Amino acid sequence: MSIFTYINEAKLPTFWCPGCGHGVIIKALAQAFDELEIPNNKIVVVTGIGCFGRADDYFMTNAFHTLHGRAVAYATGVKIGNPDLTVVALMGDGDAASIGGNHLIHAARRNLGILALCANNRNYGMTGGQYSPTSQFGDFSATSKYGLPESAFDLCALVQAAGASFVARSTVFHYNNLVKYLKQGITKGGFSFVEVLEPCPTMYGKFNKLGAAPEMIQKIRDEVVPVKRWEPDSDKLPIGILRNIDKKEYTDAYAEVIRKAGGDNGN
Amino acid sequence: MKKFLSGNEAVVEGAMIAGCRFFGGYPITPSSEIAAHISARLPQVGGKYIQMEDEIGSLASCIGASLTGLKVMTATSGPGLSLMLENVGMAIQAEVPCVIVDVQRGGPSTGLATKVGQGDVHQVRWGSHGGYPVIALASSTIAETVEFTIEAFNLAEKFRVPVFLMTDKIIAQLREDVDLDSFKDYPIINREPASENDEFLPYRAESLTDVPAMSAFGGKHLVRASSTTHDQRGIPTSDPEKITFKNERLFRKIQDRADEICRWESDLQTGADAMVVSFGISARSAKQAVIEARAAGKKVNFLKLQTLWPFPDKAVQEASEGVSRIVVPELNWGQVALEVERVVGKNIETILVNKTNGLIIQPEEIIAKL
Repeated sequence: MSIFTYINEAKLPTFWCPGCGHGVIIKALAQAFDELEIPNNKIVVVTGIGCFGRADDYFMTNAFHTLHGRAVAYATGVKIGNPDLTVVALMGDGDAASIGGNHLIHAARRNLGILALCANNRNYGMTGGQYSPTSQFGDFSATSKYGLPESAFDLCALVQAAGASFVARSTVFHYNNLVKYLKQGITKGGFSFVEVLEPCPTMYGKFNKLGAAPEMIQKIRDEVVPVKRWEPDSDKLPIGILRNIDKKEYTDAYAEVIRKAGGDNGN
Repeated sequence: MKKFLSGNEAVVEGAMIAGCRFFGGYPITPSSEIAAHISARLPQVGGKYIQMEDEIGSLASCIGASLTGLKVMTATSGPGLSLMLENVGMAIQAEVPCVIVDVQRGGPSTGLATKVGQGDVHQVRWGSHGGYPVIALASSTIAETVEFTIEAFNLAEKFRVPVFLMTDKIIAQLREDVDLDSFKDYPIINREPASENDEFLPYRAESLTDVPAMSAFGGKHLVRASSTTHDQRGIPTSDPEKITFKNERLFRKIQDRADEICRWESDLQTGADAMVVSFGISARSAKQAVIEARAAGKKVNFLKLQTLWPFPDKAVQEASEGVSRIVVPELNWGQVALEVERVVGKNIETILVNKTNGLIIQPEEIIAKL
């Protein structure tokens, strides 16, 4: 087995720009599937819209390419419809944090047993580099030419507050850890959220004069710190497993509803 | 077994008969009793109910669950329908069977939350960008509401398309006797399963009126479903030939097969000079108006549309032969009247009798125009 059990090699190279982090992320996800030996037909990869919305094209699993921001809402139906499936919702920061924010927090609150992955490159790359809810205060973008007068979401904090049972942050620089968190998220049996910080040299990097992909990746590396060494007043972002708690997963809780209603007799 | 059912309860009975196993909902007046009843009924048969965070999520969850092989339904009213429209387009494009019950109330906007309206006729047909066809049924009795709910599931499964059942605030809450045993042998249609032998294509179609056979997520095949215009593999395509085939098929699988879909009830009189065409709650006033007009010696044709989309052109054409005017009572600014006018042309006068103040049309208001 290899990642090419899950990634369609004939489709490579990807259509993403040179230096984009998306390819690294789908490789990490395929490696997680591979190491967990999940049968292809038991996986559903759900995507939204934007550059990362094309990720499902590369997967030789069930693929569900949906609408902007709605990946988690569709994934909710898929997981409830067939709780035996491994359901992964792949989103960019526009998908997860902006238009789909409501679905994200409610799926976390329900503790629905899916993995939600946010590829965070801090802007809307596909539409030309507009600022997103994860752009930083003062950032330049196609729509903040004078510097952004808004602050960024801390998505991991948001999803923890909403009730997720597993939350981790990584970067495309910390590849091996990323694979580890994805595997843990997939097998958690509760709502799992993994945020991956990554560069978008074509848009975000260009507008903010951050250089080419290698320089951007180094900057991302330098602005994070392992959660064990992280201090609350630090100006760095913690990476690692930020939450890992055990609580009842939604479809397990609903199985109890079915039992109480008398619907578990083979109907 | 006779039951004294409300329209909203009738929807739930119909859905259970049809084999509904998933309902994604969001509370809204006057549809809420559907969610309340089905949330109790579904788990009794191993089915699932979820109350989503908004109507966008409720139809999205239905589409996801449908792709795992379940029969799915949601219910809403105008304001919720407005939010669902992007997912109507999704279900059209990805060809996902789903039933949407629209319990209409008065608009625009929040409008008349607890009063009747019939203003969503064009919204269900044209609300989703791109303008691709859907199927919509309208019931005017409680028995019809049971039957058309089953029929909505049958059509959704058969054509892989979102199907609307349009009721309204009055139908939802009025009660009539219904013999549920009479639906015991009602035909139930399930989606056609994809062959295990051929190479699997999630959108396999030979002709422009074909509906691809389906496989569920988690089965033998690797399934792709996509909101992006795609080829038969479900892969995005920019090939004009493939796009034409897909888009024309989405149109023709409904429009060219309108005869298989459209239902109506007609009561024609030889020598009639006038006709009344109506649907839903207004058809009840219309029927009474026709009875009274005939009792007064007038010759009047009566046509009740049970399918609104695809619009039953043939029924209107046939029933309007020889008449000089058509009266269309409806609780909006002339949505069905516009279609009737399109079908019959300008040689026959189309007269709208309407009301948008939350009240129903009285028979005498129709008789005055006959």
